[in-house]
Amino acid sequence: MDQLAADKSKGMTVIVKTVVRFVIGIIVMFGAYIVAYGHITPGGGFAGGVILACGYIILTLAFGRELALSKLSDTGASILDNTGALVFASIALLGYIGGAFFMNFIDHGTLFHLFSAGIIPLCNVAIGIKVTASLFAIFIALSIFGRFISKIVEEEEEE
Amino acid sequence: MDLYLLILLIFMIIGSIIAIETKKLLSSVISVGVVGFSLSIAFLMLKAPDIAITQIVVEILILVVLIRATISTDNTAIEKHWDTFSFVSSLIFFGLFLVFAFLAVHDLNHFGHPLLTVSKRYLAEGPKETHAANIVTSILLDYRGYDTLGEATVLFTSIVGAFVILRRRGRKKKSEQDIEKVGILQDGDIKKNFGEIEGDDDGSTGGR
Repeated sequence: MDQLAADKSKGMTVIVKTVVRFVIGIIVMFGAYIVAYGHITPGGGFAGGVILACGYIILTLAFGRELALSKLSDTGASILDNTGALVFASIALLGYIGGAFFMNFIDHGTLFHLFSAGIIPLCNVAIGIKVTASLFAIFIALSIFGRFISKIVEEEEEE
Repeated sequence: MDLYLLILLIFMIIGSIIAIETKKLLSSVISVGVVGFSLSIAFLMLKAPDIAITQIVVEILILVVLIRATISTDNTAIEKHWDTFSFVSSLIFFGLFLVFAFLAVHDLNHFGHPLLTVSKRYLAEGPKETHAANIVTSILLDYRGYDTLGEATVLFTSIVGAFVILRRRGRKKKSEQDIEKVGILQDGDIKKNFGEIEGDDDGSTGGR
């Protein structure tokens, strides 16, 4: 990261980069907290996932696309997106162990504890991963994707 | 509290009208952002922190994406043409909508008294049955799990569709050389001498 961050030609100014370096950890931590504590405090998988995606987007804006894509490439984001959706659907299907689709089959635990409420935190984590990956993927697709044409074709057209 | 909410709603309506009527695209995007942030405050006033968090975060994300998309385009507003038929027809349909909306809203219960009586059971029994302290989450992921699955499916389908459209690659044989590539330029592609057609952007708005 330091090697890429030192490259001043990419991304925004030093001020922005320094502030982002301070803030990015807090953003990711807050997003993870919103996801993990979704069943106790306000929030949940979707809101926390969007915050985590914002963390990746701020990396892209401040440090340029190479650094952000080295953290999470477009293919990786696509795979994570599919994994999250698959995990969420599998949790729903596993409810058949308890007898019905979306049955809360795990022990419910104690109220206000982190490990409580059965499948709800697991669903939150799956949705959080899915939303993070998919929103970052859509940001990449909308802002970085371009059309590239082979220079051989251009030369042939010029002739 | 109701007075503050009314002021906020009028502010939001003014913001949306400015977003439609302004000539500059960037000002329009910022006005849309103002509407979204006011909506988030309105959710907080109605004591719905879950939706307020989601609204404010999604608004920030959409604002970043929209500004990123609009900052390089100098797309000005379309010129107005006076069309009597479309004006009269839209006026008639707006009047009809107002009449039916008045009738429909008149028959609804008062604000804060929901039609669905099952929600009372969710509020009373939710913490006991699911052991989730946040009742909103217990409804979303336990009582109404089907709805959340459908929502996730909608999001998944839209993302897959957008990805497929934006990174289309033509069919070709393995031995043929790439003529056109849509997506992100990899290291291996640079050796094949690809040139970017559209304006070069390195994923940042800093230089502009």
